Amino acid sequence: MNAIHKKRLIIVCVGVVAFAAAAGLVLFALNENINLFYSPTQVAEGEAPVNKRIRVGGMVATGSVQREPDSLKVLFVVTDYENNLTIHYDRVLPDLFREGQGIVATGKLDQNGQFRASEVLAKHDENYMPPEVSDMLEKRGVDATGTTAKP
Amino acid sequence: MIPEIGHYALILSFCFSVALGVLPMYGVYRNNGLLIWLAKPLVAAQFLFIAISFGFLTWCFAVDDFSVSYVASNSNRALPMIYKVTAVWGAHEGSLLLWALILAGWAFAVSCFSRNLPDDIRAMVLSIMGLISVGFTLFLLHSSNPFLRLLPNFPADGNDLNPLLQDFGLIVHPPMLYAGYVGFSVAFSFAIAALLSGRLDASWARWSRPWTNIAWVFLTLGITLGSWWAYYELGWGGWWFWDPVENASFLPWLVGTALLHSLAVTEKRGAFKSWTVLLAISAFSLSLLGTFLVRSGILTSVHAFAVDPERGLYILVFLGVVIGSSLTIYAVRAPTVKSHAVFEFFSRETVLLFNNIILMVATATVLLGTFYPLIYEATTGGKISVGPPYFNLIFAPLILLIMPVMAIVPQILWKRSPTKDLIKKNIIPLVCGAAIAVAFWYSGDQEVAGGFDLRIGLAIVFAAWLFVSIVKDLADKIGLFSDLSAVPQKIRLLTPGYYGMILAHAGIAVCVIGVAMVSTYSVDKDLRMAPGDQVQLGDYQFEFKGLKKTPGPNYTALTAVILVTDESGKQWLMNPEKRQYPVRRNQMTEADIDPGFFRDLYLALGEPLTNGAWSVRIQVKPFVRWLWLGGLLMAFGGFVATLDRRYRMKGRGV
Repeated sequence: MNAIHKKRLIIVCVGVVAFAAAAGLVLFALNENINLFYSPTQVAEGEAPVNKRIRVGGMVATGSVQREPDSLKVLFVVTDYENNLTIHYDRVLPDLFREGQGIVATGKLDQNGQFRASEVLAKHDENYMPPEVSDMLEKRGVDATGTTAKP
Repeated sequence: MIPEIGHYALILSFCFSVALGVLPMYGVYRNNGLLIWLAKPLVAAQFLFIAISFGFLTWCFAVDDFSVSYVASNSNRALPMIYKVTAVWGAHEGSLLLWALILAGWAFAVSCFSRNLPDDIRAMVLSIMGLISVGFTLFLLHSSNPFLRLLPNFPADGNDLNPLLQDFGLIVHPPMLYAGYVGFSVAFSFAIAALLSGRLDASWARWSRPWTNIAWVFLTLGITLGSWWAYYELGWGGWWFWDPVENASFLPWLVGTALLHSLAVTEKRGAFKSWTVLLAISAFSLSLLGTFLVRSGILTSVHAFAVDPERGLYILVFLGVVIGSSLTIYAVRAPTVKSHAVFEFFSRETVLLFNNIILMVATATVLLGTFYPLIYEATTGGKISVGPPYFNLIFAPLILLIMPVMAIVPQILWKRSPTKDLIKKNIIPLVCGAAIAVAFWYSGDQEVAGGFDLRIGLAIVFAAWLFVSIVKDLADKIGLFSDLSAVPQKIRLLTPGYYGMILAHAGIAVCVIGVAMVSTYSVDKDLRMAPGDQVQLGDYQFEFKGLKKTPGPNYTALTAVILVTDESGKQWLMNPEKRQYPVRRNQMTEADIDPGFFRDLYLALGEPLTNGAWSVRIQVKPFVRWLWLGGLLMAFGGFVATLDRRYRMKGRGV
């Protein structure tokens, strides 16, 4: 092995180590910051972790929105027409938030099985359903209003 | 009749694209002068007919022809005329037609401003652009025809344009962004033509550079405008969400920036040749990928149009063909390209290599974060989203790494650079930078700052260092400290390329200061406010006076009246609105922003609560304008660099 080969070998080794370190860091950062999506049924069956940042979603149940009179605190129920999940929120709700609309919320599940949302998303399009929610309903075999789809 | 003429013009344009994609290329292969000559008229015809087609679609919007399905779903009689015209690109079909129009426009521009190109190279470039046009016009005709009719029962009135899009930002944002996306097709075509002809030399880099610059300028403007639009129109005061579609525009920008710098090395020093070609291919491929992301709706995003699997599949196949064939050509031809340039470690080449590595790492992490939800779903079936903290975590150190490099680059020479001056020259800028950063730190409101953040502190030090070192370098170069009488002459001697570089780098410094300040010192509060309620936020006091009804052309609005009092006792009114659009039964938050060079006040109405109270979001956002100011400076720098005289000279290989 002559000097040039040795130099190249060192460069390649340093490159590989640097790349591995960078890739490791990126994957670590990625794993720390992914938010898994759970349906109300998965939450009810205890699949979702408590006190970890996750996302949940479903249709806002009709008549479920309750506001506290003196603050912004609001609670509402999302459903996949099999199980329900109560969501607490204390910020301004998005424009398209309303009963019967599909929403996705990011936040943490508390000890009592209720969801503390830090962000609620409803899309700016009447026809738009969050893909997570429409997939979830499709798996349950119901449409957006909860009616069982015809086979 | 009108829509049919538009449709017919589109078909004609398609035919010309096919001819353009085949004939001149065959002419170059057979060395047939007539076929090579044909490239120019074919480009002109293709552009003319697609422009006619676009014009007729615009006409359908202007005269409310609701028998055209696309017009019926995206316009309305009550819509103001300016929005009727811009509604043309408000949804999928029309925006794709705009894409194709801009593509043909770029090809036409290349055919007009390429007198210094050899005929065969020009014919090949135009031919490749013609092939890309074929793909897009075929897509329009096949599954996204904007001229489809709703006959015989067409609606009496249209479904209105999405209220979010009824805005000045939408008039300019998509055309700019598309001009940028599509502009990279020129660099792409030049790269493929160079590979095919085997003439991958300095003159090739010199031809590509101005076109790449201009495309990059448009993309920078498009992204800046998009961020500004999201800030004031979405009603949340956010300016960057790391949303998949934003990422889709950011990816070609990152690669395009790398390409600009790599092209500089290829032109000046003949190094990095095959790498530059690969970047040109990547930049355009990522632009196509961005289009695919927006159109197919496979990723959750605020930008997603209605999902149509057939369209998604078409673009995916098209993407596969473009990337597959260009990489095949690259694999076959690139090994014949040799770079002979030698350079030492302390040289401008190394610095630009470092720039490229950082930008590639940034591209890879954004790409991974954007597509990870898809990979995850495919492998585990679970649904995830990747949060902004991931991107912020990766980007902060990358920015901190690249800023010092930008600060020292004007003082580093090509090939080999002495190191001993470097430290001496940077002591003053670095000390000034630190002093400015301390000043910034004390000017901020410490109560809301939530403690010192090392990354933010460093970002401001580096930004200030970068800025001071640019100013000092300029002062040195024009001899401000030595011979004042020679200054005017020295100013003229510096090249536009140099001015462009320092402007764009200063833009980065301004932008980084904006990001650092707004993400550290922003105050943000959601409140319940009844008439008469007062609240103090930062240096400002807000009093909710009440609400009034305001009619609009195609909506009705509730306007809040809020009295703002600043520290000095100056008072003014602000009026955030809640608009109801009856046609789509949409509700829109129209924030009121009091803009300022050092801070924005941002008020948005939430929803009605009990007893006449409303939920209100109040934000004080320091230095937020600097974000977009930085973007504009970068774009202006790119534009200035394009003015360099050597791009207009007749190219003769080196």
